[in-house]
Amino acid sequence: MRVVIVPTGTANIASVRAAFARLDVATAEAASPDDLTGADRVVLPGVGSFGAAAAAIDRLGLRQPLLARIESGAPTLCVCVGMQLLATQSTESPGARGLGVVEEVVTRFDEGVRVPQLGWNQVEPGEGARYVTAGWAYFANSYRMEHAPDGWLASTSVYSGRFVAAIERGSLLALQFHPELSGAWGSNVIARWLSEAA
Amino acid sequence: MSLAVRLLPCLDLKDGRVVKGIRFQDLRDAGDPVEAAALYEAQGGDELVLLDVSATPEGRAHALETVSSVRAVLSIPMTVGGGVRSSDDAGRLLEAGADKVGVNTAAVRRPELIEEISVKYGAQCTVLAVDAAAAGRSWEVVVESGRARTGQDVVEWCLKAVSLGAGEILLTSWDRDGTRSGYDTDLIMAVSDVVNVPVIASGGANEAVHLIDAVRAGASAVLVASILHDGDTTVTALKRAMSGAGIEVRL
Repeated sequence: MRVVIVPTGTANIASVRAAFARLDVATAEAASPDDLTGADRVVLPGVGSFGAAAAAIDRLGLRQPLLARIESGAPTLCVCVGMQLLATQSTESPGARGLGVVEEVVTRFDEGVRVPQLGWNQVEPGEGARYVTAGWAYFANSYRMEHAPDGWLASTSVYSGRFVAAIERGSLLALQFHPELSGAWGSNVIARWLSEAA
Repeated sequence: MSLAVRLLPCLDLKDGRVVKGIRFQDLRDAGDPVEAAALYEAQGGDELVLLDVSATPEGRAHALETVSSVRAVLSIPMTVGGGVRSSDDAGRLLEAGADKVGVNTAAVRRPELIEEISVKYGAQCTVLAVDAAAAGRSWEVVVESGRARTGQDVVEWCLKAVSLGAGEILLTSWDRDGTRSGYDTDLIMAVSDVVNVPVIASGGANEAVHLIDAVRAGASAVLVASILHDGDTTVTALKRAMSGAGIEVRL
């Protein structure tokens, strides 16, 4: 199996690669659009800002191949800002264009809670979720998707209010939390995506 | 349902080895950070903190190798601090496998460092480590592992650091560190009341009640070192005690 990671910036890609290595799965970073087209599985990670990640995708010429991949339903895992990039835009980076796969805008957590959300929060799986189970997930985010997008199965958590912790559709899985940092539970989420998405 | 309070085991590293001895019987090598990290994760540690106290470039190079070896086995977040003077230093630690980077002395000397790291890697990745010494009814920032006083007020410095992009504050009481007399809860309260980012209490923990007091004072996380290393207690036992006191923890 070939897992290709999209280098969205100087994020903690080492942690993502280590998580796959612990499952005995080799990873490589995408260097060109062709790398995405032929990959069995693609991971879109993201740490840092929405705008920086969107710019990185455009700079590498990966916007169209990513969109094509997602439209065709080919196995793709999006993490943290990677999930947010599926939206049309984010109030974090006004003017920056997301992939627009889901008709949502990513917004900042409300006042009244400490931001960033840094730590372990409980995830409530949506009914019929294939990859996400109930458990503790590690989050590191100041922005979130507030509403479940149409056509996707959403799992949720609560921080100030309810927000979208994960969405899935067929072999596409997008996680606001960091499965690579969520202990054995997170590793199992990745393992289920590896074995079940096809 | 809400965010759990975190318990963070901390390892001091020198030349890539754990400095304060870890006296667990089930460790083959008490100085091996990889073995210690794996043990603390297995016990339920929520994040690992590595503080590099090496004073030489060779020591720092060893620390990078250590971060990389720990990353290979660790599936919880890792914060690394010690000697970070530039966003390139931070980048090297992140590439090696850190998830967050702590800045201390260099940020006091040149506060823009916080902004540089935060802009490049995000606030969630930028941890301000502050060593605070009591000075009358307030606290003064001390640097260079406590050897130098700065005259700067701790609360003001924390506010400034957050405005520059720090996403978390690792707040160590210099007076309590190593004394086992409990965290400085007044200090925790003074800082956590005015900043809107998570505050990690550090310095002085000896028993579960100290952790509970720190959380009630406003800490989002508690850092624990010697009482774990000495084998006096375990992460699991401390978290159970916190849970028993009505604090939400990940068990």
